[in-house]
Amino acid sequence: MIAFDCTLTRPGFTLAARFATEAAITGLMGPSGSGKSTILRLIAGLERPERGVIRLGDETLTDTTRGVFIAPHKRRIGLLLQDALLFPHLNVAQNLGYGRIFSGRAGKILSADAVIDTLQIRPLLQRRPATLSGGEAQRVALARALMAQPRRLLLDEPLAALDDALKAEILPFIAAITRDFGVPVLYVSHDRAEIAALTRDILTLKAGKISAYEDVSSSSSSARAGMA
Amino acid sequence: MFSAAETTAMMLSLKVAGVATLVSLPFAVLTAWILAKKRFYGKLLLDALVHLPLVMPPVVTGYVLLLLFGRKGALGGFFESLGLVFSFRWTGAALAAGIMAFPLMVRAMRLGFQAVDTRLEAMAGTLGASPLIVFFTISLPLALPGLIAGMVLAFAKALGEFGATITFVANIPGETQTIPAAIYSAIQSPDGDGTAFRLAFISVLIAVLALLASEFLQRRLAYDRV
Repeated sequence: MIAFDCTLTRPGFTLAARFATEAAITGLMGPSGSGKSTILRLIAGLERPERGVIRLGDETLTDTTRGVFIAPHKRRIGLLLQDALLFPHLNVAQNLGYGRIFSGRAGKILSADAVIDTLQIRPLLQRRPATLSGGEAQRVALARALMAQPRRLLLDEPLAALDDALKAEILPFIAAITRDFGVPVLYVSHDRAEIAALTRDILTLKAGKISAYEDVSSSSSSARAGMA
Repeated sequence: MFSAAETTAMMLSLKVAGVATLVSLPFAVLTAWILAKKRFYGKLLLDALVHLPLVMPPVVTGYVLLLLFGRKGALGGFFESLGLVFSFRWTGAALAAGIMAFPLMVRAMRLGFQAVDTRLEAMAGTLGASPLIVFFTISLPLALPGLIAGMVLAFAKALGEFGATITFVANIPGETQTIPAAIYSAIQSPDGDGTAFRLAFISVLIAVLALLASEFLQRRLAYDRV
């Protein structure tokens, strides 16, 4: 369960959003500039809200009234952006290792072999990031995020840089990781079809506020939202 | 081919420039990283302070060093109590060269750190790496071409440093007489033409070799090579 209630002001933009979700995949939709990425950065701890609370399960990640702020590297929250952002000086295997090496305390729940096979990247292990195609790089980035044993995965337009054929190729992988590895996903996109292919739990963001939440089949829906 | 005095000046120059570069290296890396990646109150002041030796007359820098690190200077007394004397010693020449080369070193390294995508560092953080580990495993290796460029520039600058050095530690053969000071002395003596020419030639040669070495290293380090 992620509970989010934050306010953040930037020049010409105010984010004031509140939602809670325990869905396996939660879609977060909205036009560009509506604050989707900012919400993910706040959850990952890459940004501090002016005021607000972010909880993951019963752990408080951020709470401005009590002065709580867990550093990003202690949150165990995976992030995947439009660009794969693989470490260019390391090969694919080393990139995967980079995620794995710091997950000691977490216990290894996801096996490296299972992640590598599910994302079908075994033939790429010795390659350098510069030699990978966009789709390959994105699969490696997804694998690297999983190697860190994350409690949540935040995906920020992960397919936006790929063409339609590749999108269709990668989407099943994203569905597979929540199904096979049980890591809940918060999925940001401006593309309704893309989100609809993954989940029915969709939050819609407009100008920094959650303006609607869809509830296609109310019995299975587990996202709640409110105006902050 | 070279007289004993010329060889002495060359070896001394290499020692002075080498020590100046290596000792200032950690300070330069840290300063460059702070200037490239951090935002804080007073950053402009730090930036200006770092660049001061670049814009001040070298003789003024040398005079300030004399005041601070001379035997009667506040810092000079402190270091002397630790057994480290700067005035009229080669260590003073290295200090002057290091101070004069520092801005160039920091500038190149700062560009190196700025070229590292902040998102890569953030990504390493979300994978569980603490800021210190991110620095050593991501920022530092990716900024390496800039760090090498900074070291080479600083070494070349240190080799050529003249004004601050001669003001601070004078021109003592075998102790503080580096190549530029030896050339200066040779030009002033009636039979020094040969010495001046040979040392000038060596200066050019060292500079060219340093630049080639830097270029070679940076190409080998280019991480986007396929």
